[in-house]
Amino acid sequence: MERNGKHSAARSDHIVVRNLSLGYGERLILQDLNFSIRRGEIFVIMGGSGSGKSTLLRALIGLVEPLAGEIFYGDLNFTTALEERERVLRRIGVLYQGGALWSSMTLAENVGLPLAEFTDLGPDEIREIVSLKLALVGLKGFEDFYPNELSGGMRKRGGLARAIALDPEVLFFDEPSSGLDPVSARLLDDLILELRASLGATIIVVTHDLASIFAIADRALFLDPERKTATALGHPKELLANSTDPKLRLFLTRGEAANEEAKP
Amino acid sequence: MTVTSVLSSANTRQVEITRDASLGLVVSLKGRWRIGRGLPSVEGITDRLKDDSRPEKIVFDTTGLESWDTSLLAFVVRLIGICRQHGIRVETEGLPQGLKRLLELVESDEDRSAPNEETVSKKTEFHPSLLERVGLRALGFYATWTSLLEFIGQVSIAFAKLLLGKARMRFSDLVVQVYGCSARALGIVSLISFLVGTILAFMGAVQLQQFGATIYVADLVGIGIARDMGAMMTAIIMAGRTGAAYAAELGTMRVAEEIDALQTMGIAPIEFLVLPRFIALVVMMPLLCLYADFLGMVGGASVAAGVLGISFRAYFHRTAAAVTLGSMLGGLVKATVYGVLIALAGCWRGFQGEASSAAVGSATTAAVVDAIVWIVVACGMFAFIFRILNI
Repeated sequence: MERNGKHSAARSDHIVVRNLSLGYGERLILQDLNFSIRRGEIFVIMGGSGSGKSTLLRALIGLVEPLAGEIFYGDLNFTTALEERERVLRRIGVLYQGGALWSSMTLAENVGLPLAEFTDLGPDEIREIVSLKLALVGLKGFEDFYPNELSGGMRKRGGLARAIALDPEVLFFDEPSSGLDPVSARLLDDLILELRASLGATIIVVTHDLASIFAIADRALFLDPERKTATALGHPKELLANSTDPKLRLFLTRGEAANEEAKP
Repeated sequence: MTVTSVLSSANTRQVEITRDASLGLVVSLKGRWRIGRGLPSVEGITDRLKDDSRPEKIVFDTTGLESWDTSLLAFVVRLIGICRQHGIRVETEGLPQGLKRLLELVESDEDRSAPNEETVSKKTEFHPSLLERVGLRALGFYATWTSLLEFIGQVSIAFAKLLLGKARMRFSDLVVQVYGCSARALGIVSLISFLVGTILAFMGAVQLQQFGATIYVADLVGIGIARDMGAMMTAIIMAGRTGAAYAAELGTMRVAEEIDALQTMGIAPIEFLVLPRFIALVVMMPLLCLYADFLGMVGGASVAAGVLGISFRAYFHRTAAAVTLGSMLGGLVKATVYGVLIALAGCWRGFQGEASSAAVGSATTAAVVDAIVWIVVACGMFAFIFRILNI
């Protein structure tokens, strides 16, 4: 299967993860992960607290070096080739949990920075695009606000505007609904669906929010903290209907599965 | 029927123990139970359990109980623990409904947290011997130094990239940093260097007056300030003000994932964040030092004029004769090196360690301490080198 470090995957596969093991020092967190993410799908990484889903996300965006295994973005090797990794980084956008807007810059500067650094656009053109991106996330008019002047939900949407500044091919969301009220969380889910439909981006979401998972996921990967690996992959509704794994059922039913089994 | 009042000291809380032929030991709980009054002891009851007439079971009577909180729960849990040891049954029927629920929760948690291997291995207490502690310290020290060297390497590479025009650093960030560590530091640098000048003058004056050589105060202050004190005091002020700010800023940015956000955007944080801070401080330190030198000498002159009766004119004439260009330049070179050390300590500590709010606090402290230690060590080394070079 391996040829010259490249891999032969199906055309529809956008991201391929092979034999990936993750951990810090001597502590192993996840091992033997093998899965691929299709172009244009919404792929959810789910699991309970401490299952390593955030670590997996950090590995996919290059913030954690894997103990073993490889990650490919299309033909580009993300794990071993530094130059190829840089090319990948140009094409991804990440929305962090708290938005992670740079606090010393205004919202417009935050969204404009990637444009200023990686394109040849002039200041006026950047300003124009920034307004467009902010309008997409419902923050038009907040250009000159600093992050600490915005609410948590607005900061998150600002972070999203920054993540989509360069029209990325892959968008990552780290716990998008955390810290949001149910309505805002729902709006963010809708926004994710919109972005997929309009940008055609591949979207990877790390979450444990069931409502979100059922609303947006094309496929979901379940991480089992005890076996330290992925134990299921599929559409959440199908997983719920077909899976016999008690831990997955427990997760997908919010613990109700335990009661079902207790009943005769 | 025997009645023992076990505890009635805390004004309204009471425990009474009654022996009842059919019921066993009846523990009557009365009054108001408030945790603010401390936990009641169970000793009185334990004594009763050791008697020959050991009861078969314990029952509770709470008819006189007015109100209760965790203190009652703690008392009952203790009592149950003791009774288990002695093989005595405890009937909780008589307890308030809420307390019974709490008891169930406590007991079920004890079952749930039955040690499984994972948690035990993680939480085993580690008491290293002296030798192990020395070893661990040495390893920690080694790790710190390798991390420092790594950071110096990264900064050097970033500088090389900057010289080649490939680094991602915004000019506007540099301007902000320069402003932060120059114009905004002028007030405190003025005050401290003026005062240090006056202190040096007073110190020198006392000695020099004995020889009637007070005019040489100008030499003492001028040379002292130009060669060492100007650079040193500026450096210590900047370590406490700017070095600490660097560590705190960068540390907080790490906590808020702002540095991760730069990295996943393909912008190297060292180039984007560290370079402007470094350059600003290293360029501004000699300028601040020059300013501090001047104000220090003004401080000396004011003492000379006010206390020793030496005119400004004579003082500055004497100073100009005493302070050589070599001394001035030596001081400026020192200031530049101190600037490098302060920026290094601040940025390195900001990037190092874990990303938590507690870690930001200790990083800030460490940045200031490191910077001051390095400055003093460097000052000693300079004295040695300058002596050899005869500057």
